[in-house]
Amino acid sequence: MGNFWSSLFHSKFVGLRWFEFFFSGQDFIRVMRNTLASSALTLTIGFLVPIFIAILLNECKNLSFKKLVQTSSYLPYFVSWVIASNIIVTLLSSNGAINQLLMDLGITRESILFLQEGKYFWWVIAASNTWKDMGYNAIIYLAAISAINPELFESASVDGAGRLRQIWNILLPAIKPTMVILLILNVGNLLNTGFDQYFLLGNSMTRDFSDVIDTYSFRYGIQNNMYSYATAVGLFKSAVAFILVITVNRIAKKFETSHLF
Amino acid sequence: MYMKNKIPNITGKVFVYLMLTILFVVTFFPFWNIFVLSLNEAGDSLRGGIMLWPRHFTFESYITVFHNEEIFAAAKVTILRTLTGVPLTLLNIALLAYGLSKKSMPGRKPLTLFFIFTMYFSGGLIPSYMVIKSLHLTDNFWVFILPGLVNVFWMLLVRTYMEGLPPELEESARLDGANDLLIFLRIVLPLCIPVLATITLFSAINHWNSWYDSYIYTNKKQLVTLSAVLVRILNQYQTGNMLSDAQQLAAGAKRIPVSSETIRMTVTVVATLPIIIVYPFLQKYFIKGMMIGAIKG
Repeated sequence: MGNFWSSLFHSKFVGLRWFEFFFSGQDFIRVMRNTLASSALTLTIGFLVPIFIAILLNECKNLSFKKLVQTSSYLPYFVSWVIASNIIVTLLSSNGAINQLLMDLGITRESILFLQEGKYFWWVIAASNTWKDMGYNAIIYLAAISAINPELFESASVDGAGRLRQIWNILLPAIKPTMVILLILNVGNLLNTGFDQYFLLGNSMTRDFSDVIDTYSFRYGIQNNMYSYATAVGLFKSAVAFILVITVNRIAKKFETSHLF
Repeated sequence: MYMKNKIPNITGKVFVYLMLTILFVVTFFPFWNIFVLSLNEAGDSLRGGIMLWPRHFTFESYITVFHNEEIFAAAKVTILRTLTGVPLTLLNIALLAYGLSKKSMPGRKPLTLFFIFTMYFSGGLIPSYMVIKSLHLTDNFWVFILPGLVNVFWMLLVRTYMEGLPPELEESARLDGANDLLIFLRIVLPLCIPVLATITLFSAINHWNSWYDSYIYTNKKQLVTLSAVLVRILNQYQTGNMLSDAQQLAAGAKRIPVSSETIRMTVTVVATLPIIIVYPFLQKYFIKGMMIGAIKG
């Protein structure tokens, strides 16, 4: 522990040098762009799909089929990103199932190099995130839907409203508070992109698009041994993400008390 | 029950079933595809087009994987850390949660806040690394166990559950002369079995899946976990083999039954298997766990 105290009291104070270094460099803009862009894409797709799934599952009256689909739908949630990435990389490879399907359908003639070309990367991340979490996230909406008073639907159908109309005018407004809260909470996690999927799905060819704050800090810290710089970058992210999450939780609490109960 | 209302619209019904079938395929097929590829001859797989069934069936990659000492050792470490980590984590979480669930406990609020703070803020990668290093935990088996002993989110789940237990049980035990430890072991723990079962599953899956600690904190060959092996194989694939598909195709003419590719599939299948095995339990418990979590916010 002697090392600990000496490093605490005898380290050279450099002020905000590493932060300045980070903010003034080109890397900052690139890394922030990748973080926010892939996060925003995930947020949009990953927010809408579970609602859609919950409505579909609620409409399905064949219980064993419903159970089968639901069981399968949250399988990806429980496997690690290591397994998920191995699967995704295989499916997206030039001789993988997705390219095969696209060629069979005549959508493309040559294999699309999904993981070698940077322009696809944010979409790959958004799709992978959604694939992994959609079944699990749909559960919350299913719970919200099952809490709706059935009489509302009955009287609507007596009044001659079709199923679609009932979904639009009764179901969606009823789960709106849940949607708003989850959306707000997701915005709070905009910077917490996760590390695994970027690290595992990205490679040197897509680096310009796959580098997010976490992987950037990892590369400089662990692989290039620039401890001080990597710490500054990591701390910047932790601090901003913390403020964002706390602010957003406050807002969500306000919504909860005024709209839900 | 509005459920009884038949959807009059046939197109609507078809649409619902079609979309749900697509959902099923999208979530299930990827796993099936990996499984099929792990059972197909490597050279043949490179030609592509393998979707639902192996074209040239072979067990060769499974035989190779189970005879590979490195993978075998990795599986051993992974099982060992799961068996060691889960009970210790459980014990720590239960003890801490019990203490924090007591209203009479001095400093309960600030202590709880102190723990919750760590859920939202961390020093980051390098400071954690420095701490691990100065504790001499690098290249040490216990680096897999100690840092994860308390998961605050799970601890809060258990605490909430304990707060919901009827206080009369403890009071009557106390009147009979039982001390805190006895009450904890004999009364509180048995009552908490449902929530502890949930956490056992979560913790076991976490240990089984983890690769990061092994990847960063250890260099020893004996301390590489199964997922860390998989990460390394994936990295090799991503950096080395990606552009050489054409070369591989040429090599594929020679009929190679096993390649690094099929090994990758096989290890992925092997690593997924335990998750599939505990899946029925997961389904039973995790929704409950999630609902408690949702209430807590």
